[in-house]
Amino acid sequence: MVKERKHDRVRLFVRGRVLGYKRSKSNQYENTSLVQIEGVSTKEEVDWYLGKRLAYIYKCKTKKNDSNVRCIWGKVTRPHGNSGVVRAKFKTNLPPKSMGQKVRVFMYPSNI
Amino acid sequence: MAPSKPRSKSRNPLLIPGIGKFSRSKMYHKRGIWALKAKHGGTFPRHDPKPAAPEPASKKPPKFYPADDVKTPVPNRRKPKPAKLRASITPGTVLILLAGRFMGKRVVFLKQLPSGLLLITGPFTVNGVPLRRVNQAYVIATSTKVDISGVNVDKFDDKYFAKDKKKAYKKSESSFFETEKQEKKLPQQKKDDQKAVDTPLIKAIEAVEYLRGYLGTKFTLRSGTKPHELQF
Repeated sequence: MVKERKHDRVRLFVRGRVLGYKRSKSNQYENTSLVQIEGVSTKEEVDWYLGKRLAYIYKCKTKKNDSNVRCIWGKVTRPHGNSGVVRAKFKTNLPPKSMGQKVRVFMYPSNI
Repeated sequence: MAPSKPRSKSRNPLLIPGIGKFSRSKMYHKRGIWALKAKHGGTFPRHDPKPAAPEPASKKPPKFYPADDVKTPVPNRRKPKPAKLRASITPGTVLILLAGRFMGKRVVFLKQLPSGLLLITGPFTVNGVPLRRVNQAYVIATSTKVDISGVNVDKFDDKYFAKDKKKAYKKSESSFFETEKQEKKLPQQKKDDQKAVDTPLIKAIEAVEYLRGYLGTKFTLRSGTKPHELQF
């Protein structure tokens, strides 16, 4: 049998949620998404995450490059408001179905 | 007088690019042309022009005249500097790899290579990470240090890690049908290098309590841990 692999999976990203697009009451700007990072609740805490890479990962029916899993890469650009929400720009704008979905906030490019 | 080294800095400081501080007559005085003239009896020393090389006998008119004047691009003389090493990364620091095949592994930093990449090793027998190059941005430096004085890393540079160039694929009938499977075997030289680097390292690691186990364990985020609050 395959040797049991303990601790083979490591989580090196912070979980986040897509809240929606940057918007005012009746206009939205889809080139920037808002992301809520787990455990971050103030504008000062966001400083650590600025510039970190983000990945929105989703599954599809058709296989591309042998995989049903696809990814849109992005970056944390700046804080949004005072409560730890973050603005992010992705390589291509996030699709609207991403609202409320999970996003991975990686710890690189690292500065520690 | 013996030929002297040409002066590197201009005597005429720039106020704005294109406008110097001193006028032409002032510069004449500053450069000491008056002294040169006095030395050579009132005239500036000049040499007769060298006899010009005889023009080639038959100069054919060019076959092709381009329709428009094409500007030649200015050659790029920029040489990028290697990335500045973070103050937290010193030889012997334990690093955490954040991405790639060995993500999460704790690894020992050896030195910065001329390209700017970091040379690291597991050591191999401790956590399976061989001598490898890694980019600073994909690494977290911990405060743990390993004594690296016994290790000699002078021979390693970027050329050591260069990939072997594949032979030019000659399309011929035979090669079409027989797919040449080139066995990728690690040359013994690399294995010996790994051992040479690791043995003194492991000695230093064994000397510290728990360090071997620490290097063997992977780093992972748990529920509730906030990286922006962690002290590495």
